[in-house]
Amino acid sequence: MKALLTSLFSGILFALGLGISGMTRPVKVIGFLDFFGSWDPSLGLVMVGAISVYFLAYRWSRRLPSPLFADQFSVPKRTDLDARLVLGAAIFGAGWGLAGFCPGPAITSLASGTTPVMVFVAAMGIGIYLHAWVVELGTSLSHRKAPMLRTLTDS
Amino acid sequence: MQNFTPVASLIGGALIGVSASAMLLLDGKIVGISGIFAGVLRPARGDSLWKACFLAGLLAGGLLLREFLPRAFDFDVLRSTGALGLAGVLVGFGTRLGNGCTSGHGVCGVSRLSARSIVATATFMATGATVVYVVNRMLGGSL
Repeated sequence: MKALLTSLFSGILFALGLGISGMTRPVKVIGFLDFFGSWDPSLGLVMVGAISVYFLAYRWSRRLPSPLFADQFSVPKRTDLDARLVLGAAIFGAGWGLAGFCPGPAITSLASGTTPVMVFVAAMGIGIYLHAWVVELGTSLSHRKAPMLRTLTDS
Repeated sequence: MQNFTPVASLIGGALIGVSASAMLLLDGKIVGISGIFAGVLRPARGDSLWKACFLAGLLAGGLLLREFLPRAFDFDVLRSTGALGLAGVLVGFGTRLGNGCTSGHGVCGVSRLSARSIVATATFMATGATVVYVVNRMLGGSL
């Protein structure tokens, strides 16, 4: 119960942080990515603020036997760099630059009830299901050696 | 640089950091919002409830913003429904393929000095900037 309340309140705090920092406004995100236009460095400072705090929290967590409300830390352990990581990040970045939205700000902005945000979030859901479908397709075709799909689904 | 908001962005960024830190130190979880959203859309046993709670928090926070900081939802970018739909599919698909987005890789992963996250963050910043260059500098800023 405490763990779930932590999730709820952390979600609220995260949304407030996004809103206060300007990151719920696509114009601020696109302004940051527009290095050759009237560049707006705000997003960089959001990263500096968030990373400064989290860097310390992560170092602290390394000295704790377990989190306060859970049995263990669920932290990613992979260290390999693979094609899926880079291709996925590249595809994500293209969509991010196109709309000025990434998942957190988009979901937070659903509260505004405006159509463009709802279109974006619904499409994000379609992208997630599309990926799951491609993975399943790749698994079922892997016996026949479809190289393109195997690149997308091998893990 | 006329839109630069250094103080608000630093404060907001620190709040994001505190939120993600609370999730790590109290719940032991990484705040990766693409993964959290996907985990609610395609639930896995035992790992969906906290994700649903976090998403509910984002929406509740959004409602607070709508009430007390309505400027946060100024939508002043010219994008057609088709462009937004395409962008959403790319973001959904790309974050699943690459295991993360701006929160999981950009904030949490970079802070942990994870090589995967640093590479992912550099990559999505680069393709994002490329798309913005094409849209703003070659297509006149609307799509």
